[in-house]
Amino acid sequence: MKFIVFILLWAIVGSANALELGASEIPDTLEQRVKPCIICHGDEDRAGRDAYYPRIAGKPAGYLFNQLRNFRDGRRYYQAMAILLENMSDDYLLEIAHYFSSLKYPYPQPTANTLSPDETQAVETLIHSGDPDRDIPACSACHGKALTGTKPFIPSLLGLPHAYLAAQFGGWRNGGIMRGQTPDCMSEIAKKMTQKEVNALAMWLPTQPVTGEPAEMEELTPELMQRCHTILSGEGFIQ
Amino acid sequence: MKLSNKFKFTGRRQTIIFAASLLLPLSVVAANQFPAPDAEQVKRGEYLSRAANCMGCHTTRGGEPYAGGRTLKTPFGEFVTPNITPDNETGIGRWSGEDFWQALHFGKGRDGSYLYPVFPYTEYTKVTREDADAIFAYLRSLKPVAQTNPPHKINPPYDNQFLLFLWRTWYFKEGVHEPDNSKSEEWNRGNYLVQGLGHCNACHTPRNVWGATQDSKLAGGEIMGTYWYAPSLISPLEAGVGEWSIDEIVKLLSTGINKHAVTSGPMATVVRQSLQYLSPEDIRAMAVYLQSIGEKRSRNEALKKIPPMPERVSKYLALGKPVYEKHCQGCHGESGEGVPGIYPPLAGNRNVTMTSPHNTIRSVLYGGFPPVTAGNPRPYGMPPFQHIIRDNEIAWVVSYIRNTWGNLGSLVSPEEVDSSRGNEF
Ligand code: HEC
Ligand code: HEC
Ligand code: HEC
Ligand code: HEC
Ligand code: HEC
Repeated sequence: MKFIVFILLWAIVGSANALELGASEIPDTLEQRVKPCIICHGDEDRAGRDAYYPRIAGKPAGYLFNQLRNFRDGRRYYQAMAILLENMSDDYLLEIAHYFSSLKYPYPQPTANTLSPDETQAVETLIHSGDPDRDIPACSACHGKALTGTKPFIPSLLGLPHAYLAAQFGGWRNGGIMRGQTPDCMSEIAKKMTQKEVNALAMWLPTQPVTGEPAEMEELTPELMQRCHTILSGEGFIQ
Repeated sequence: MKLSNKFKFTGRRQTIIFAASLLLPLSVVAANQFPAPDAEQVKRGEYLSRAANCMGCHTTRGGEPYAGGRTLKTPFGEFVTPNITPDNETGIGRWSGEDFWQALHFGKGRDGSYLYPVFPYTEYTKVTREDADAIFAYLRSLKPVAQTNPPHKINPPYDNQFLLFLWRTWYFKEGVHEPDNSKSEEWNRGNYLVQGLGHCNACHTPRNVWGATQDSKLAGGEIMGTYWYAPSLISPLEAGVGEWSIDEIVKLLSTGINKHAVTSGPMATVVRQSLQYLSPEDIRAMAVYLQSIGEKRSRNEALKKIPPMPERVSKYLALGKPVYEKHCQGCHGESGEGVPGIYPPLAGNRNVTMTSPHNTIRSVLYGGFPPVTAGNPRPYGMPPFQHIIRDNEIAWVVSYIRNTWGNLGSLVSPEEVDSSRGNEF
């Protein structure tokens, strides 16, 4: 009997607490709402170079919006995110994309360059001049002169962990479930590169400090715009 | 179990074959005439298809609505939903209203073959002819999509039409909803929506080894191939809502969250795809019906079930306390009280204390957001913990929340945590 009284009291204490910790104590912010995302995409630590989790803070909003829809709709695959996004609307994803895009986290320190001078030379040529023979445009033609992306749909190439970069190219090149379910300009380019080039790029990009602003869409040539039209049309995206 | 079930059938084989030969001529119906489309009927059909969530199954993730292609995994094999847009070659463009009625009401394909009960015609059989015609009119108004979907991969022996026929004879009861005149019109409407169009039984009823929903309707069941347990809509210890107010039931069904509970996993998807679009009158009718079938707990029963706790148990539970304080308390509160409409309470939450700990383990492993609905357009989320804490810590914390603040449930082992893994994604 005593035990029962205790339980009852306990329940009353419990509900009194419930009143105290009212809805008002939970911040009515997007930051609070997307806490589940922060555990993987959160602080500097996680966005650090060793982690597989990509940084999403500060990336162009249109790009984030496209990726969130890709994960939800099965065009890009990562189980943890597919489950979280399963029952979200486009409107909410758009809001979440703008939120992360507006965050300014510090970037990880650049890594040391362990490539040989020849390898470095080859990578830099690919990035800034491309290879017309294989119909590979310069990376900078789309990702901006400073490689910090082109608003609002093309992401920066800097500040990404090596393991993540390697996995993305793997996904595009082998198709499969990771990325590139539907062909687009980036997966077409990735398929034309050699594995050696991919390895070198994934090593070289994290050695670059992140400086400079993202480029504007007007800086893209009409030919490149056309090549990426499925991505740049960004159906449903609102600035 | 499986075998003995099979043997039960052999004795009836003769009669069944006889019955089959009688039924065969029925499937040769061909009246390819379409009445002029009626805008009002099409609109009603659209609404009814929402209530029946035809699109949910007949659309693959990110694919063309109603063009099919979604894979449904079951212990009997993998079923791929067909294209039901009015495309002549790959969809149901050549179907007549009668063909459609045969499918929805009797579970028969256009060629007379039997359809698998993964297609919940076992519940849709209660849908009236008038509603079926409206749904058909709506489907015919859609843009035809030419899309050929891969064939089913059905495990033998279930790929045998004869077995399917036996199954039907045994378990399938055809019949349109009959109103119960001793009940209100609202109750009857709710009954029709829950038992017919809404096909709640397809998940919320235990299935036997043959995949048939068993007699104890809405009594709760492990959903085939999805790793989720759909709780009983009758038992007050599970998801029976006999003790909730109509308003709270309405709120859960139409927004996905109320002060007692939150919908997750497949139920969140049902709310997003279907229930949130129902009219306030229809949702209310469902609530009235669900409330009436939900059993109530007697006061004594509620109290007497908490026994004193043996020391070994309290020691095991104590392991979960620090995990809870570190990882969960920030959202679910010091006493598991949650925040109404934002974070579900864990104290007194039947999803947490239910006999099957599956759903709770899955919530902790995978996290989730309640569905986005007009009534809850910007939900707050729960992180997945499978990347953050180990299986034994998950077992401790789940055991802890199942047995604290007046909750009472079985303890959970790390093995049970591991066996709750798996996904349709
Ligand atoms: C369990 C860890 C985890 C959680 C939780 C998580 N993500 Fe991710 N996220 C990842 C991983 C890993 C990838 C990279 C997947 C890949 O390789 O394609 C990723 C990729 C992304 C990308 C694409 C990044 C890019 O540059 O292409 C976006 C955007 C994103 N996540 C947003 C979110 C949002 C929003 C949430 C919360 C709703 C979330 N994530 C929750 C791990 C997580
Ligand atoms: C024709 C324009 C174009 C060119 C040239 C191009 N990219 Fe891209 N890149 C894109 C677009 C568009 C995306 C966004 C893809 C998406 O939305 O899925 C992208 C995405 C990426 C990403 C993903 C970043 C992230 O955060 O997930 C990487 C890495 C990348 N590109 C590397 C490269 C490299 C290296 C080169 C040069 C070899 C290159 N790109 C050349 C258009 C281009
Ligand atoms: C739980 C998932 C599910 C739901 C909900 C569902 N279906 Fe189906 N449907 C299926 C599957 C699976 C099949 C294939 C059955 C078979 O081949 O034996 C099917 C078959 C059909 C067929 C036969 C098509 C053909 O080509 O033979 C029609 C017509 C159909 N469904 C219409 C509907 C309509 C209308 C609704 C809503 C009232 C609906 N379905 C809801 C899963 C579903
Ligand atoms: C696709 C399978 C599926 C269908 C169809 C389905 N449910 Fe559920 N339902 C579930 C699962 C799984 C749960 C447990 C997860 C949860 O609590 O949300 C659940 C939980 C519930 C709960 C309890 C929610 C809580 O947290 O207390 C209610 C009430 C409910 N369902 C009502 C219905 C009604 C009414 C229908 C028919 C319109 C229906 N369900 C159709 C799978 C389903
Ligand atoms: C950032 C806030 C947050 C944290 C931290 C958190 N949860 Fe949750 N929890 C939620 C939300 C939001 C839901 C509703 C999720 C859904 O609908 O899928 C939820 C749902 C649940 C459910 C399902 C309840 C139901 O009615 O179906 C359980 C069980 C649960 N949490 C347990 C835990 C445990 C155990 C921990 C710590 C290991 C934890 N939660 C940490 C926010 C949180």
